[in-house]
Amino acid sequence: MAGVRVLVGTRKGAFVLTSDEGRRDWTVEEPHFAGWEVYHLKGSPADPDRIWASQSGGWFGQLVQRSDDGGRTWDAVGNDFTYAPLDGREGAGTHQDYDGTPKPWAFTRVWHIEPSLTDRETAYAGVEDAALFKTTDGGQTWNELAGLRGHGSGPSWQPGAGGLCLHTLLLHPTDEQRIFAAISAAGAFRTDDGGATWLPINKGLLSGEIPQQEAEVGHCVHNLAMHPDRPDTLYMQKHWDVMRSDDAGASWHEVSGDLPTDFGFPIEVHAHEPETVYVVPITSDYVHVVPDGKLRVYRSRTGGGEWEPLTKGLPQEHCYVNVLRDAMAVDRLDECGVYFGTTGGQVYCSPDGGDTWQAIVRDLPSVLSVEVQTL
Amino acid sequence: MTRVVLPYHLRHLAKVDGELTVEASTLEQVLDALETQHPALRGTLRDATTGKRRPFVRFYACQEDLSHQPPDAPLPDAVLRGDEPFLVVGAMAGG
Repeated sequence: MAGVRVLVGTRKGAFVLTSDEGRRDWTVEEPHFAGWEVYHLKGSPADPDRIWASQSGGWFGQLVQRSDDGGRTWDAVGNDFTYAPLDGREGAGTHQDYDGTPKPWAFTRVWHIEPSLTDRETAYAGVEDAALFKTTDGGQTWNELAGLRGHGSGPSWQPGAGGLCLHTLLLHPTDEQRIFAAISAAGAFRTDDGGATWLPINKGLLSGEIPQQEAEVGHCVHNLAMHPDRPDTLYMQKHWDVMRSDDAGASWHEVSGDLPTDFGFPIEVHAHEPETVYVVPITSDYVHVVPDGKLRVYRSRTGGGEWEPLTKGLPQEHCYVNVLRDAMAVDRLDECGVYFGTTGGQVYCSPDGGDTWQAIVRDLPSVLSVEVQTL
Repeated sequence: MTRVVLPYHLRHLAKVDGELTVEASTLEQVLDALETQHPALRGTLRDATTGKRRPFVRFYACQEDLSHQPPDAPLPDAVLRGDEPFLVVGAMAGG
């Protein structure tokens, strides 16, 4: 029987939630890595029993865990993320700090792990300070794809409020050489040669609040989404505004339409409808909670522009949570399920594409990421 | 043999209960031996790139803080004899 496995990363551990295809009755396992921050977990499309987890903490640093039995048991794999020298120089170079001064690149944590679509031993890791690493040996060793950080604009990249982090990775469904990456607050980038060289793809990301609106980099991209049937169409939740590109990022236009706010973190696309998109509007970059005390997912069936609030089963009063950039996902069952987790520790599921919602669990630690495996 | 006591998170990570024993007579040899016997501990006690002790990790023995000792400083005699354990401690940090 088909089912789903929901992988939840939180401030205090990882949780695995499972259900059958009905997605009404759930099993919630005891936490893995209790007490540790788990920024992200994701299963390998090539082998669903292989799951990767980014585990970190203030005392003992960054670890990468790997499960080969669907999340029941875990083993630590390699955690050496040493930055490569740039342009033949000895050191790893510098980026801009908050005060505009040069700051040497330094590894802090893994924000996002993106497993290869075809090879269980291969995965990519987006890290802070913003860099991209790749393993081809099941995580034993990680090597930087330094062309990204070595892009000519690299020394000018500045951190966003959460740090200078590479938080989003999208792999092209058929062209292994094409990868999209997003960095706060540098912007979005694309490689067409497997990571050797990168192109900033930020044209049209107009934000009235930044001094150089048409700058090549310096844009605060929060999240990207793509439907595998239309890999040239990208959706973006930007710091301000929801954006769309139909030319693989070469240009963007705004599709915020009638959303109640211009701020938010996650964005997702329906599994079977490439023009159906989900976002969670948040009250401004200063407040960071849902507007009006109401938890509302917004759905567009027109690829943006026109949005409808989805509220059935979600709290519509006294709710003041946030939904972070990696904390929304969709399954691939016939009737697409939509999932998200909140900073209040709730994980919600809609088994009917967003029409109705139920809380799978309500009292987890603050949720950092949600991913779904369709089994 | 040098007895080593790890904090909760690192015991869990190394998948061990209770004390460990390593062949070591200096602080650096303790850390090297721990990482060799339990590769999952690599990078948790000292930064993988710089080799520096993590800021919130401390090393105690015989009621002394050895955290700032040179890497090649000999361990106290009581630790070398096995009378006292070498303690890896997650420092108190927070509010």
